[in-house]
Amino acid sequence: MTGYFRPRSLEEALAIRAETGALPLAGGTDIHPLRTARAAWGEPWTTPVLDLSAVPGLDGIVETAEGWRIGARSSWTDIADARLPPMFEGLQAAAREVGGRQVQNRGTIAGNLVTASPAGDGIPNLLALEAEVELASRDATRRLPVAEFLTGYRATALAPGEIVTALHVPRCDGARGRFEKLGARRYLVISIAMAAAVIATQGDRVSEARIAIGACSPVARRLAALEAALLGLHPSEMPRVPQPSHLAPLAPIDDVRATAGYRMDAALVLLRDLLAGFAA
Amino acid sequence: MIALTVNGARREVAADPFAPLSDTLREGLGLTGTKEGCNAGDCGACTVLMDGVQVCACLVSTAQAEGAEITTVEAADPLLDRLRAAFLARGAAQCGVCTPGMLMAALDLLRRDAAPDRAAVEDALGGVLCRCTGYLQIIDAVLDAARGTVIAPPADGRVGAAIPRLDGAPKVAGTELYGADDAPADALWLRVVRSPHAHARFTLGDLDAARRRLGLEAILSARDVPGLNGFGIMPNLKDQPVFADGYVRYRGEAVLGLLGDRATLAAVRDADLPVAWEVLPPLHGVDAASMPDAPRLHDHAPGNILVRGHLRTGNAEPAFATSAARAEGTFRTAFVEHAYIELEAGHAIPGADGAMTVFACTQAPVMDREETARVLGVAEDAVRIVPTACGGGFGGKLDVSVQPLLAVAARVAKRPVRMTYTRTESMAASTKRHPAILHARMAADAEGRFTAFMLDGDFNTGAYASWGPTVANRVPVHASGPYRVPNVLNRTRAVYTNDTPAGAFRGFGVPQAAIATEALVDDLAIALGMDRWEIRRRNALGKGDVTPSGQVLHASAGLPECLDALKPEWEALLARVAAHNAAHARHRLGAGIACMWYGCGNTALSNPSTMRISLARDGTLTLFNGAVDIGQGSTTVIGQIAADALGLPLASLRQVLGDTALTPDAGKTSASRQTFVSGRAAAEAAKALRARILALANAGDGATLALDGSLLTVRDAHTRRVIDLAALDADLVAEARYDPPTVPLDADGQGVPYATYGFAAQVALVRVDTALGTVKVEEIAVAQDVGRAVNPLLVAGQIHGGIAQGLGLALMEEFIPGRTESLHDYLIPTAGDMPAIRIHLIEDPEPEGPFGAKGVGEPALVPTAPAILSAIRHATGVRMTEVPVLPHRLFAGLEGGEPPPGPLPSLAVGD
Repeated sequence: MTGYFRPRSLEEALAIRAETGALPLAGGTDIHPLRTARAAWGEPWTTPVLDLSAVPGLDGIVETAEGWRIGARSSWTDIADARLPPMFEGLQAAAREVGGRQVQNRGTIAGNLVTASPAGDGIPNLLALEAEVELASRDATRRLPVAEFLTGYRATALAPGEIVTALHVPRCDGARGRFEKLGARRYLVISIAMAAAVIATQGDRVSEARIAIGACSPVARRLAALEAALLGLHPSEMPRVPQPSHLAPLAPIDDVRATAGYRMDAALVLLRDLLAGFAA
Repeated sequence: MIALTVNGARREVAADPFAPLSDTLREGLGLTGTKEGCNAGDCGACTVLMDGVQVCACLVSTAQAEGAEITTVEAADPLLDRLRAAFLARGAAQCGVCTPGMLMAALDLLRRDAAPDRAAVEDALGGVLCRCTGYLQIIDAVLDAARGTVIAPPADGRVGAAIPRLDGAPKVAGTELYGADDAPADALWLRVVRSPHAHARFTLGDLDAARRRLGLEAILSARDVPGLNGFGIMPNLKDQPVFADGYVRYRGEAVLGLLGDRATLAAVRDADLPVAWEVLPPLHGVDAASMPDAPRLHDHAPGNILVRGHLRTGNAEPAFATSAARAEGTFRTAFVEHAYIELEAGHAIPGADGAMTVFACTQAPVMDREETARVLGVAEDAVRIVPTACGGGFGGKLDVSVQPLLAVAARVAKRPVRMTYTRTESMAASTKRHPAILHARMAADAEGRFTAFMLDGDFNTGAYASWGPTVANRVPVHASGPYRVPNVLNRTRAVYTNDTPAGAFRGFGVPQAAIATEALVDDLAIALGMDRWEIRRRNALGKGDVTPSGQVLHASAGLPECLDALKPEWEALLARVAAHNAAHARHRLGAGIACMWYGCGNTALSNPSTMRISLARDGTLTLFNGAVDIGQGSTTVIGQIAADALGLPLASLRQVLGDTALTPDAGKTSASRQTFVSGRAAAEAAKALRARILALANAGDGATLALDGSLLTVRDAHTRRVIDLAALDADLVAEARYDPPTVPLDADGQGVPYATYGFAAQVALVRVDTALGTVKVEEIAVAQDVGRAVNPLLVAGQIHGGIAQGLGLALMEEFIPGRTESLHDYLIPTAGDMPAIRIHLIEDPEPEGPFGAKGVGEPALVPTAPAILSAIRHATGVRMTEVPVLPHRLFAGLEGGEPPPGPLPSLAVGD
């Protein structure tokens, strides 16, 4: 039987994490399937598991002085149902598109981030929200921007001994968020490509634009050149802006869901649709 | 101990805290109503409520349920009762294995939202996969339950009545027992170690030392098979080993069997077993296996060709060359996975003197018995197969899976043994739909009458024969479509490769062939400036016509009526498409049409069914029905037929089902044969019993029967007689056998391959996002000649389910060995992917069939994919020749996503 720890306090959780290196588990929507996939070809699960579901203080979505704190264990349903300003509409849309209702009820925002799948539906939204990850260890608490936390294909800066405790999203006045997901069926589908944006306006002009594409590179990427090109425009002008050159940060691959070339073309269409939605 | 509340009762259970809650509910608490279909959150079969919200129990660690309130399908709850009743009334449970998950997801919804709309229902059910129903009846049932408009079932169950399925109550209660749901408490577990390599040799080290080191009861290998280490569908071709003997031909082939307790088995690393692999270059696909220097995978198959099929009539080449319009194309289809939600499972119990009883989910208990007996090296009557409830089959449970493995293990262990496949094991090891490469040509004269059809088709049969010969032989008969074509030349090959074995899947190759044929029919319509409906109607096979096999269709050939029924639908769709597309460049609509025919039963081979019915002296009326109901409804339909033919109410009929020790051989549940063949046998048995009763009462043919306890009242116009059954010397028993009349095919495929054919046409409306290459099927209208709809509710369920599978074939399903071995990488349609469906039943009675009925199940699938492809072409001008039409493939056809310039080729005609 694998080591399985279900502590009742953060201190206890951090001690277990430090001493055993146990893998944090919250909703289990990634770890149980991973165990199943390994077992299917005769590789039993041996990694100790640190179940965070009984640790207080890891849930709740609250407004703070700087913006919002989203507890690490917030589920997709928690996020979708939360009363949040329009800048979160993209993240909330993603929350309604992940898996099916069962996964939305269990899967957590921090889990989506730590799994660091290129196709994680939360990630482009968190990039566009310029979210920061709050990381706790026995010795310290630190914060990292999501873009720095994600270091590669299913790789993060989570250090041994650390646990994600929350995400922090800074205020962005006058901003709205949107999300577009492309998959080959309606529900329970891993994205072929996705696009997320947070756009702020002052008067009738774009004052801030943050745009990220997922499932088209090992880590979802912001598109800085496109963002710059949108500044100062009327929102109705935005859909015409995205051009292939804006996709330079992307590096999609061929897989069972789509070809790399298609992903690039689709990303451009999704971007135009995404931006058109702000004008609507 | 972990304490939780289940269905209102506090329970304590000893369980691994990391064990999925689904496993703890089933194995720890005996609540097997919660099903496990994937253990990865991909199918939703294990959906339960946890603290009031739906979750996949397989994604919840048991430790996380500490103190939680869990609600399962076994719960007593008035709202759940309303859902159960609605599910039964709508036919929302077919095989029933997704039903517990669907019910729980629906309960979650109705507790949150008492008046949901259709979209909310789809959202709530979107996480539960169903492979049988096509979802629409489920969605309607949830809406009925919410609105309190549950339909009252018909009062009597005569032929033609849309009664709920007879075996439905345990499916909605969660008490139905499938293969994994029951086993003796002392059963050992079996886990099969499978080859991770597609082509390899291997040597085994010291298995006995490994057994001791790992704490196992036994490690089974080829040497433990007491009889023939081979199985396979064809009588002369038992080419697949139970355990590979030093050589594997595909990824997923069984190599070793580990026997022990479950925790011990789960802890064994395959890499720690003494297997030394020598990996060989694999032959993936027909092209690789057909290379001149390709290694021969089986000694009996030079060139890796398993079998060739052939049909020739007239003189196709010159007819083609001289015709006014000609069409040609090469079409490719993928491996398609059955994706039944119930995993292969069962248990075996050894008896004395070599006896063996195997309980397993299956479509073919008598064939299982033959296979198992041969593997054990015992007489067939030493083996008893008891079919469990079968959670979907679609052809994939015609081959044995767990049966010989369990039997060998139970023989070695001298104890009961049980096993359940994992989802990945099921997908990697079990048979698939044959991928096809089809080169076809078709021609018509200037009036649009078909003149010639030619097909060269290669089917990738994978590593073992399975049903490959059946596909290669069925396709040539059907490939020219349900049309009059005087000159036909069809040649097929089934080719061995190092891919997953391809076998039987709803349609036996005909769905693949129809994709090619119907595209060519559209080509000819376009070339001749004809409407696509019109060209099909002009050529449709009808009564009196001759098929390419030389068979005269004497009766029940209702394709012309099917097409006529769809004509208003077709014209309305064309008008809607034209109006929409005139105003929209990016999101374009398209209308498509396709037809099909499908021979019921084996191709030119005997395939009898025998049914027995008894009226016992205590008044018990029993049908001994060996036909396995895999969800399609044969128990209900055959029951309706038997009761009606006898003249007693269906409610007085009990059935003994499937068990090879208790029922006569009703053949396999395949080839759309159970209603037609077993139904006819049941009708004949019931009529024979009726004749005996009438003779006893000296009553005329029109007499009515009434049964009250052991008193049987027989009334006719003149008399009323009461027979006291208890006073008879013996029970009244009648048995009948029916074998549909066929004539063997000669070398040119001429003969009478089937006693009857189903016919159907479908029209589809699709919406294509031409910028992304995505396709949504919005509507499908069906007209299907079923001979007689014995139960229109179940017929509709078959049609919906066939359309769902056809939609998957067309748009999303592609099994790639080693790459799409899970239900998140292999996509089947969800509740949100279904079109609205309208059904026109055509009842052109089949004289051979019971009450005029013929097969329904496979015909429903065949026209869907070609109709969708026809519609995509209509919308975009892109003639797709490869399925599935994944977005990137259609996008490539659209050449960059811009809407096609100018008038669409197929819009230019018929509108």
